[in-house]
Amino acid sequence: MNVKTVKLVDLAKTIRSKNAGTDRITFDIIFRESENYELVKKSGVLNKKTISELFDIPESRIADFVEFDPAYAIKFTINRLVPSGSFGEGDVFGCQQYAPLYDIEIPMEE
Amino acid sequence: MGKDTLRIISPNGHLGFAPTKEESFWIGAKTKPDYYCCDSGSDDIGPVPLGTDKYAGHPEWQKHDLELMLLASREQGVPMIIGSAGDTGSDNHVDAYVGYIRELAKKHNMKKFKLAYFYSEVDKEYLRKKMNNGETIEGLDSRSNLTIEELDKTDRIVAVAGVHPYIKALKMGADVIIGGRSSDVAVFAAPAIYEGFPENIAYYCGKVLECASFCAEPYGAKESVIGTITKDDVKVTAMHPNQRCTIASVAGHAMYERTNPYYEYVAGGMMDMSDCEYEQFNEKTCRITGAKFIPIKGRIKVKLEGSGKVGERYLGMAGIRDPYTIKNIDKVIEWAKAQVKERQPNAEYHLSYRIFGKNGVMGDLEPIKETKSHELLVVVEGVAPDKKVAEEVALVGTRQIFYARLPEVKGTAGTAAFILDEVVEVSPAYTWTMNHTVEVDDPLELFPVKMIEIGE
Repeated sequence: MNVKTVKLVDLAKTIRSKNAGTDRITFDIIFRESENYELVKKSGVLNKKTISELFDIPESRIADFVEFDPAYAIKFTINRLVPSGSFGEGDVFGCQQYAPLYDIEIPMEE
Repeated sequence: MGKDTLRIISPNGHLGFAPTKEESFWIGAKTKPDYYCCDSGSDDIGPVPLGTDKYAGHPEWQKHDLELMLLASREQGVPMIIGSAGDTGSDNHVDAYVGYIRELAKKHNMKKFKLAYFYSEVDKEYLRKKMNNGETIEGLDSRSNLTIEELDKTDRIVAVAGVHPYIKALKMGADVIIGGRSSDVAVFAAPAIYEGFPENIAYYCGKVLECASFCAEPYGAKESVIGTITKDDVKVTAMHPNQRCTIASVAGHAMYERTNPYYEYVAGGMMDMSDCEYEQFNEKTCRITGAKFIPIKGRIKVKLEGSGKVGERYLGMAGIRDPYTIKNIDKVIEWAKAQVKERQPNAEYHLSYRIFGKNGVMGDLEPIKETKSHELLVVVEGVAPDKKVAEEVALVGTRQIFYARLPEVKGTAGTAAFILDEVVEVSPAYTWTMNHTVEVDDPLELFPVKMIEIGE
């Protein structure tokens, strides 16, 4: 059995990030149908550990990680180090922090 | 006799932040909804509007949206409810919205109606007294509990209202309600509870309607949606001819801007959406059942938002094209920082650099460490309590990029390109000093409701 990989961006319908209140940024990865959702969910590639490695943050900064079946979505939330819009801010809405998720490789059985 | 069904229209997820689209609003208004409800606030916009007491939206767009809702609701003789007046829900913005309603009523020669309004600003001394009495102002979202130092650094505080002042206003016979800072859910849940619908249905209805067409697809903001509730279910219908509320769009919206899609707290309890079931009711309508509401045991916790000034602020910008300088950008920044320190060895200031083309958007979260861009934009932010210091910090911090001393640089006539060889004063820097809750015996003590008459 061959295992190839496919990028998350090619499986998901929506990949986004946004403020969740003043102290957190939440990330949503939403799939159009259950097949891709289940594929990614079962692959186990997305979890607190891989996210902490991808963004180079301690796992303790990940406030929540949840698989949300009704929306075929995987969602996680990170704590900001300083509240949104403080001096030195680069993204006041937190809406441009998701791009590194695109290239996550999901194994696919052939 | 209570109603069996209640229909609420939500025209805009943040009234006045961008104008409501009229076509879908009037399609919705023609179906004669029972309530016109909309929240006008957000903490998404950063701490500056609350701190400086300025709008993030535009007064003309706010008036535009209020006019649509006032015309339609007065024509029908049904209530109109606006929460979080003027983005932040500050007292001045509540007054401004009440003034707009007065202006609009005059413009359209409206007959007399009752307008209820409430403020939500909280006096620092009210909290200080509680803290001195040993009460805890509990931190939210991993924040520590409030300290007196943080309280002292705060310039303006708003409490986030739940349903309580809105229900009170409806009981007093209000035709129009202008609220201070509010939970957007409450603006919709309050009339549903007032009309006798169960709390779980009422709050879920608020949850799904709060962002208007964000719960519909295809994506298109500022379009109207209508929520229809019975004692058993919530249905949400897109009004725009090309939009639909689907299982995917409604469930997807449930997690928007929230830490967790299953639970959400409001003043008075917690919504539990973990057993929600979604079904496609008809082409444009999604039906949701199974939402729960768990009332809080004991005293009600009310959320507080506080903004405190850090200092005056100037921005500078410098472009860089020289490949050697790009490669050594960190050394350039260190040089510029050191030059600022040399000029201001004793002053209190903050100096930050965002380097676009490297990691300007993501900062430390950026996984790509190697800069491949052939050009960079450096945005320099200088902040200091003293305005002259802030200006000099930004100016020296920007101009010294031009004078950076790199051993092998060939472009010795200047290592930065300027759009303007000056720095610009922008809004002062503020920070969110409070994201906490305060316990109260009666939530109305923070939100006293006042009533006036408007019209002829």
